[in-house]
This record gives sequence, structure tokens and C-alpha cells, in this order.
Amino acid sequence: MSGFDWRRSPGFLLTFRLSAAVIAALPLMLLVRNFFAAGLGPDPGQAVTESLGIAAFQLLLATLCMTPLRRWTKWGGWLRIRRMLGLYAFFYAALHILAFLQFIVGWFDLWAAFTKRPYIIAGAVAFMCLVPLAVTSTKTMVRRLGGGWKRLHRLIYLSVVVAWIHFIWQARSDVGEMVLYGLVVLVLLALRGYWSGWSTLIPLKKE
Amino acid sequence: GESLSYVPAPGLSTSEEKTPYEDVIRYNNFYEFGTGKDDPAKYANEMSVDPWSIAVEGECDRPGTYALEDILKPHDYEERIYRLRCVEAWSMVIPWVGVSLADVLKRFEPNSRAKYVYFETLHDPEQMRAQRSLFSTIDWPYQEGLRMDEAMNELAFLAVGLYGKTIPKQNGAPIRLVIPWKYGFKSIKSIVKIRFQEERPKTTWEMIAPREYGFYANVNPEVDHPRWSQKRERRLPSGLLSPNWIETEKFNGYGDQVAHLYKGMDLQKFY
Repeated sequence: MSGFDWRRSPGFLLTFRLSAAVIAALPLMLLVRNFFAAGLGPDPGQAVTESLGIAAFQLLLATLCMTPLRRWTKWGGWLRIRRMLGLYAFFYAALHILAFLQFIVGWFDLWAAFTKRPYIIAGAVAFMCLVPLAVTSTKTMVRRLGGGWKRLHRLIYLSVVVAWIHFIWQARSDVGEMVLYGLVVLVLLALRGYWSGWSTLIPLKKE
Repeated sequence: GESLSYVPAPGLSTSEEKTPYEDVIRYNNFYEFGTGKDDPAKYANEMSVDPWSIAVEGECDRPGTYALEDILKPHDYEERIYRLRCVEAWSMVIPWVGVSLADVLKRFEPNSRAKYVYFETLHDPEQMRAQRSLFSTIDWPYQEGLRMDEAMNELAFLAVGLYGKTIPKQNGAPIRLVIPWKYGFKSIKSIVKIRFQEERPKTTWEMIAPREYGFYANVNPEVDHPRWSQKRERRLPSGLLSPNWIETEKFNGYGDQVAHLYKGMDLQKFY
């Protein structure tokens, strides 16, 4: 039985990566399909903005699941899709912000929106944390930054926490969904802390 | 729904384009059935509205529990086409069928101590699934209130129908308030209790977030919600590529009829 590990076969890895790419694109494909098929209800701008925001948050969580999955399954394939998931999260977050500006704010009174409303400030901060991560996601940048790359990319921890705050600040009454997401964030961060003596949770700090 | 007979009230109705029936009945805030806009349309059928009675209490000479038919019987239905402005910055135009709130309240003979009137929605977790949620910040039942002179204003309305038919459950069957110059959350749905009282009632949203939702909740573009601007609104249905933005009017455009109620009040403070 020894010798052939199907998880290492190039065909399997390719199928795995392609499936991940398709699954991550589903939220967008569903939005497009619903737009053309059934319409998105009487307030489509709101529906689109919300769906894109939730997709961004879910992709961020998925990205953070890859390292734990690799540790538990001892299979490196998870890390081969991590960058793609992270870039999807960035992509959805960027679309979410564009949709918010176009459909909800209508490019009107922007200064007030971004200075007076704490939940919007939180959303903007969560997004800005992702920008340097997206920019430094190429192989060349990973090589060039060396150990600094890992430290820089701990910004994702800050981003996901602030994104969650952005999310729960919008709750009007029932926080059940937000509490569930919060638990997932907590578990994902606690795992990192547990594995490496807590200090690695602090963005940009040297180990 | 069943067809109702009514007389139009053109003097109190807007001639703006109405929000289509399908949108009025599928896009609702009725948190007893969930916080999603489509939850009420999906789950409100779990509520039974027949028979229905309303408990009338407090500072009045005819308290008691009344069957809904007995409350409605002496009145003829009117149709009033009102703007509805949600605090979330969207709005609709809805042809309601119902009766004047003042006409109904007067029959309970409120006394001189009745300064406010309090309303309550049905509280029954078996019929209203979101009342079973462990994570709701709402302390059920949903509660609302009006100052007596507001309740007696000719615009204040009790709706039992819309678009000429019995009101769908997701819109607050069998009887709901419609206060067109205030944000939608003041227009309490599925009313089971009316109480006249001397002290101002605390309302549900005021208890959850007093900085965001005041007792008066008059539509006012000059007072922003802490989380968003109230200067404009999306009149539904709104398109994705052509959002239907309109300027929000003070008192939702009903200033001629209601501005005098707030004379001398600082509306920045009493929002």
C-alpha cells in the first residue's frame, strides 16, 4: 500500500484548486443569476451590498481556516489555495465598498459617511488592512519581504476582528448570526494564540 | 385577501405612483418573524388572526376586551394613499384601507388623564418564530405609543387592508397603525392592546437604542440617524442601475397637517 499518495497527485491538486476557485466565485455568480432571473427585490442595491459584504467576510474566515486545516490533515494542499481565497476576500470587499458607494450612499455626502459613522469607519479600516496584503501576495513579494511577509500578513487578524465589529454594529435587533460568526473568529484566532504563545496575534510585532 | 368595500379619501391621499402590491407584501420589517426583509412574507402565515381581540385599558370610561369585529363595525372603511418612510432610508407609497384612529379611540371615551396612548403587538412565540430567538435584543412584546393629540390627528389611521383587500399577515394583520409623518417603526402591527395613560410610554426601539430611535420619530431630514443620513430616501421599487433617490421631506411631506403639533419643540432634541 505504500508509495502512492493520491493527495499528492497533480490531477487531484488541480481539481481541488479549481473547485475552490469555483466555490469562492459562487456568491458573485448567484448574485448575477438572481439579478437576471428573478430580480433582487424592490431594493436591489441593499441586497447586492449586503451579499457582497457577507461574501467578503466568509472568504476572510475561509482564508483563516487553511492553516489549521493543514495542521490537522497534514496535507499541504490547503496552503495552495490560501492566497486565492485571500484575494477573493479582497475582491468581494472592494466590490462591497463600490456597491455601498453606488447604491446606498449614492456618492452623496461622502465626507459625513466616512467621518461620522463608526460602522463605516470600521468597514474602511478592515478593508485598508487587506490592501497591503493583496499588494504583497505575489511570489516575488513573498520572496522579497522574507520574514517580514509573515509579520505583515498578520494584519488579517486585525482585519477580521474589525470586519466583525463592522458587521455587529449594523445589527438592529437579532444578533444571533453575528454571535455565531464571532465564535468562529474567536476559535480561529485562539488556535493561533494557542499554537504560538499568543504573541503572534499582534500584527507586525516581531516574534 | 378578501375584497373590502371602502370610500376613497382623495383629500388625504397622495397622487404619487404607488409601490406595486407584490413589493409591498414581500419587503417588510416585522421582526417577530425575523430580521430579513423576506422573513415576514415567509413566516407570517404561522400567525393566526381570526378570531382577534384587543384589550383596551387605562384612563378611559369603556375599558374591556373587544372582538375586532365589534371595534370595526360602526365605521365605514376609507382608502388613504400614504407615503411610508422607513427609518432605514427607503420608502413606499401604499393604498391603505381602514378607519380613522381618532374615531376608534373616541369610542373608548378616554378621560382627562389620558395624555398618551400605548399600543402592543401580539406576543406569542409559538406563532411568531423570531420571538423564540435567544439572541434578540427586543424585549417582547413590541410596544409603541403616541401623544394623545398625535393619535387624534386626522392622518392617524388604523389599517385593516391594502390595495382594496384584507391586509396580508406580513403587513400587520388583522389591524395595524399607520402614522404617515413618522418613521415606519411607529406604525405598530398586529395590535392586541391599547392603553390610555398619563405618563409617556417607553417604546421598544427607544429601549434598545435611545440615541438612534426617539419617542417622536418624526420623519426629519435635518436629524440624521447616528448610522446613516436621513436627507434622502430610496423610493421603492428602486433599480440597481437607476436607484430611485428622492429628497426626504420634513414630516414626510405632511407638515401642513401635523407641524402645529410640535410648535415650540426642539426637534433635534425630541427626535
